[in-house]
Amino acid sequence: MATAVATAGHDSHAEGHGEHVHYTSTGLENRKIAVWAFIGSECMLFASLISTYLIYKGRSRVGPWPHEWGCKTSAAVAKTRELLQGCSPADVMKPILDIPVTSQSTFVLLMSSLAMVLALAAVETKGTPLPAGAGWWDRCLASSKFWLMATAVMGATFLGYQSYEFTSFVHEGLTIKTNLFGSSFFTLTGFHGAHVTAGVLWLLTLFAIDVKRGLKGKTDVLLVDICALYWHFVDVVWIAIFTLIYLIQ
Amino acid sequence: MATTAAPAPGQTPTAGGSYAAGEQTGIWSWLATVDHKRIGTLYLWTALSFFIVGGIEAFIIRLQLMRPNGQVVSAEVYNQLFTMHGTTMVFLVIMPLSAAFFNYLIPLQIGARDVAFPRLNAFSYWVYLFGGVFMTIPIFFGAAPNGGWFGYAPLTTMQFSGGLNIDFWVIGLQILGISSLAAAFNFITTIINMRAPGMTLMRMPIFTWMSFIVQFLLILAFPAITIALVFLQFDRFFGTQFYEIAAGADPLLWQHLFWVFGHPEVYILILPAFGLASEILPTFSKKPLFGYNVMVYSGIMIGFLGFGVWAHHMFAVGMGATADTIFSMATMLIGIPTGVKIFNWIATMWGGQIRFTVAMKFAIALVALFTIGGISGVMHSSPPTDLQQTDTYFIVAHFHYVLFGGSIMGIMGGIYFYYPKMTGRYMSEKIGNWHFWLFFIGMNLTFFPMHFSGMLGMPRRIYSYDVGQGWETFNFQSTIGVMIQGLGLILFVYNFLKSKKTGAVAPGDAWGAGTLEWSIPSPPPEYNFAQLPVVTSRYPLWDLKHPEMTAGLAHSGPDAMTVTDSHATPMHEETEYKNAADLGIPMPFPTIKPLFTALFLVLMFSGLLFIHLDLFPVALTIMIGCAAAFVGSLYGWLTSPLE
Amino acid sequence: MSDHNAHGSAAKADHVEHPTWKQYKWVAFWLTLITAIEVWIYYTPFKDSAAFAPTLMAMSAFKFGVVVFYYMHLKYDHAIFRRLFAMGLGIALFTIMALLFLFHKISV
Repeated sequence: MATAVATAGHDSHAEGHGEHVHYTSTGLENRKIAVWAFIGSECMLFASLISTYLIYKGRSRVGPWPHEWGCKTSAAVAKTRELLQGCSPADVMKPILDIPVTSQSTFVLLMSSLAMVLALAAVETKGTPLPAGAGWWDRCLASSKFWLMATAVMGATFLGYQSYEFTSFVHEGLTIKTNLFGSSFFTLTGFHGAHVTAGVLWLLTLFAIDVKRGLKGKTDVLLVDICALYWHFVDVVWIAIFTLIYLIQ
Repeated sequence: MATTAAPAPGQTPTAGGSYAAGEQTGIWSWLATVDHKRIGTLYLWTALSFFIVGGIEAFIIRLQLMRPNGQVVSAEVYNQLFTMHGTTMVFLVIMPLSAAFFNYLIPLQIGARDVAFPRLNAFSYWVYLFGGVFMTIPIFFGAAPNGGWFGYAPLTTMQFSGGLNIDFWVIGLQILGISSLAAAFNFITTIINMRAPGMTLMRMPIFTWMSFIVQFLLILAFPAITIALVFLQFDRFFGTQFYEIAAGADPLLWQHLFWVFGHPEVYILILPAFGLASEILPTFSKKPLFGYNVMVYSGIMIGFLGFGVWAHHMFAVGMGATADTIFSMATMLIGIPTGVKIFNWIATMWGGQIRFTVAMKFAIALVALFTIGGISGVMHSSPPTDLQQTDTYFIVAHFHYVLFGGSIMGIMGGIYFYYPKMTGRYMSEKIGNWHFWLFFIGMNLTFFPMHFSGMLGMPRRIYSYDVGQGWETFNFQSTIGVMIQGLGLILFVYNFLKSKKTGAVAPGDAWGAGTLEWSIPSPPPEYNFAQLPVVTSRYPLWDLKHPEMTAGLAHSGPDAMTVTDSHATPMHEETEYKNAADLGIPMPFPTIKPLFTALFLVLMFSGLLFIHLDLFPVALTIMIGCAAAFVGSLYGWLTSPLE
Repeated sequence: MSDHNAHGSAAKADHVEHPTWKQYKWVAFWLTLITAIEVWIYYTPFKDSAAFAPTLMAMSAFKFGVVVFYYMHLKYDHAIFRRLFAMGLGIALFTIMALLFLFHKISV
C-alpha cells in the first residue's frame, strides 16, 4: 500500500493539480465513461423528440406548414393534401423551412466539429516542439486557444442562424403555439439549440482556463476530450435533424 | 478529509451508532457528506419516511373503500390520495430505497473506496430530497396532484386540470428524474471502473449486477418521460399543442411516451430487490447461488426486452391486431427469464442448510409472492384477457403482488440483512418475526381479494361503490389486511429505531456471507477497505473461511491475478478501525456545494408555478436568479478540488 | 500510471495516436461534400422519387458514422465506449421505429 500511495503522490505532483491517481479496473477515465453513458442517454432524449416531430408531421390543422403548400383561404380546413389540390396558385403559402439558410448553418456546425478536433489535437501535442521549418499553419494548428475560440464562435454563429430562423418564422406567423408543427419544431430545434448553448459556454470556460493557465497534460486532455465528445454529439444530432426535418418531406 | 481528534490506531469503537474512528458527527457532517455510506443512509431514512406517508395514504384509501358508499374523504381528496400513493411509492419509496442499497452496497461489493463521483452522488440525494418534499407538501393543503400516477394527458392539460395540482406532479417528476439520471451515470462509471483487482464482471455479486442493469434502464428510460413531461409543461405553461386534441394532437402520444419509460421502470423497481434476494438466499442456504451466469444473463434479457413491451399497458386503446400480437408475444417472452430466476432461487435453497432468519423469510416470501404477481402478469399479456382485466382491481392486485410482494419484501429482507453492516448491530429477530408475519398475512389479505373484486368488475381508482355488486366482502378483507400491514409497519419502525441503540452487537461478517462487503468491520470505516483485496472468485470470503463451500466454483490461479499490483493485497478480512490519514488514503473533502446546487435547481423549477399564477415577472425573476445561482454553484463545485 | 501495465491493454488502447489534421481535413471534406449533395438533390426532380428519403437517410447515416468514428474517435477508443453508445443508439432507433409503426407512419 505504501508503494501505491507513493506512486499516487508522485503522479499527482507530475500532474500538478493535487489529484491523486486512484486504482481503476479498466485504466480508463471515470469522466469519459460517464460522458459516453450520458451521450447514450441523450440518444433516447432526442429519439423521443424526433419521434414526436415525425408522428405529428402532417397533422397540423392550420398553417404554416414545413413543406406542403397550404391554401391561405381555407387553411383551417385544409387538413390533408387532397384538400389542397384545388387551390389556385394565388392562394398558396410558401413552405416555411428555409433550406438555403439552414444549409449554411449546418455547414458552420459541421466545421465547428473540425475546429473542435483540432483543439483537442493541439492540447494533446502541446509541449512537443514544432518541427524545423514550421510554417504559420503548423503554428496555428498548435494553438489550442485559437481552435477552442473558433469552435465557440462557430457554435455561436449557428445559434445566430437559429435565432434568425426563429424570428423569421414568428414574422411569418408560426409560433410555438400556432400548430402541432410549430410546437414540435420549436421544441425539437430549441432543445438542440439549448445543447449548443451549453456547449458554447463549456468551450468558453475551457478557453478561459487555457488563457489563464494553459491547457496541458493528461488531465487537461481529458477535460477537452469530454467537451469535444459532447460537442460532436450535438453535431451528429443536427446531422439527423437536418435530414429528417428539413430535407425529407 | 478534515478529521477531528482521532482515537489511537487500531482502537475498535463500540458498535452501534458510533462511527468509525476519525469521522465527524453532527448535522453539518450529514449536510456536507460525500461518503457513499452516509448518502445511502440518508436515502434509507428519507425513503422510509416517505414510505410511512405513502402507507398512510393507502390506509385512508382503504378506509374509504371499506364499506359501500364510504364517506371518509371527499372524492377530490380521494383522487389526490390515490395519485400521491402511487407516485410516492414508485418515485419516492421503492426507487430511493433501491438507491439506498446502490449507494451503500455497490462500492462495498466491488471493493471500492467510494463511488466514481462522490459529490455528484450527494447532489443526487439532495435533488431527490427537495423534489420529494416539493411533491409531498401540497397534499397537506389539499392541492396535491390528482391525475393518477401516470398523469395521462390530455386529462392533465390545463383544459381538464386547471389547478396547481398537476403542476406539482409534472415539475416534481422532472426534478426526480434529474436525481435518478445523475445517480445512474455515477453508478455505471463506478461499476465499470472502480472494481477491485480480480473483480471481473462475472465475479460481481448479483446485487451489483442487477443494479448495473437498472442503471442502464434508468439512463435509457428516463429521457422518454423527461420529454413527455417537457411537452406537458410546455402545454401547461407556454401554450403549445402537444396534447391539444382540437389541434390534431394524438391522445396516445403521452401514453406511448409514458410507457416507453414506464415499462422499463417496472424492472427498475424490481431488479434491485431480485439482487438483494440473490444475496440473502445463498447466505442462509450456505450454498453459492445456483446458476450465477444464467441469473446474470436473464437479468440482461429482462432489461433488454423491457424496452420492447411497453404497449401491453395499452391493449385497451385499440392499436390493431399486428401491434397487439407483437407486444403480447414480447411480453410472454419476458416471462421466461423471470421464471428462470425463480427456479434458480429455489435450486439455490435446494439441499442447503437453511437458516430461517427474518431476512431469509422476506427473501423466500419474495420468491413466492412475486411468482403469483408474475403469473397474473402473464395472464394479461394476452390482449383478449387483458381487455377484461384492464382498469379493474385485478390489475391492482397484480402490480401490488409484484411491487409489494416483490420489491418491498425484497427490500425489507435487504434491510434486515444489511442493518448489521450499516449500524454494527442486529435488528431484533423476535420483533422482526412479528413484522414479517404481519406483513405477509396482511399483504395477502389485502391484495388477494382484489383479484376477485377485479374479476367481478370493480374498476380501479373508483371513489365509492354501491351495495349488491358482490364487492363488499372483498373490500372489507382488503381493508383489514391493510390494518394488519400497518401494525407490521409500526413494529418495523420500532425495531429499526430501537435496534440502533440496543441491538446485539454484530461482527464484520454478521451472517457468514461470502461477498466482499462482509470482510470489513461493521459499520465500515470511511475508507471501506484499508487495502484493496484481490478477488479470485465469486465468494472471496467463503474462499478464505469456508473453502469447501466454493470448491466447485471457478477460481483464477495466482499467476493470473494482479497480486503484483501495488494497489492490492491478497484477499483478507479487516477488523481494525484506522484513520484514513494514518493509512495514507486520500478521502474526498466534505462539501455543501452539491446541496446548494440541488437547492437552486429545485427552486428554479418551482419558479414555473408562478407562470400558472399569471405572475410572469416573479416566475422569470425566480427562474433566472436560480439558474444563475445554479450555474454559479456548479462552477464553484467543479473548480474546487475533490480531495 | 506506469505501474498499471498489468491491466494495460485497455490503458494502451486509450493512448493510441489519434488522427491529426491529415485525416481530419478529409473527414471535413466528406462531410461538406455529402451535405452539398444532399442539398443539391433537394432541388432536383429526384426529390419526388420514392428513393429520395432512403438516399438522404443513407447519406445522413454516413455523416453520422464518420463524425462518431473519427471525430469522436470511437474507432480508436476502448470497446466500452462503443458499447455504451451502441446501446443507447440501438434502443433509441428501435424506439423511433416502433413509435412510427404504432402511429401508422410506417408499416411492417
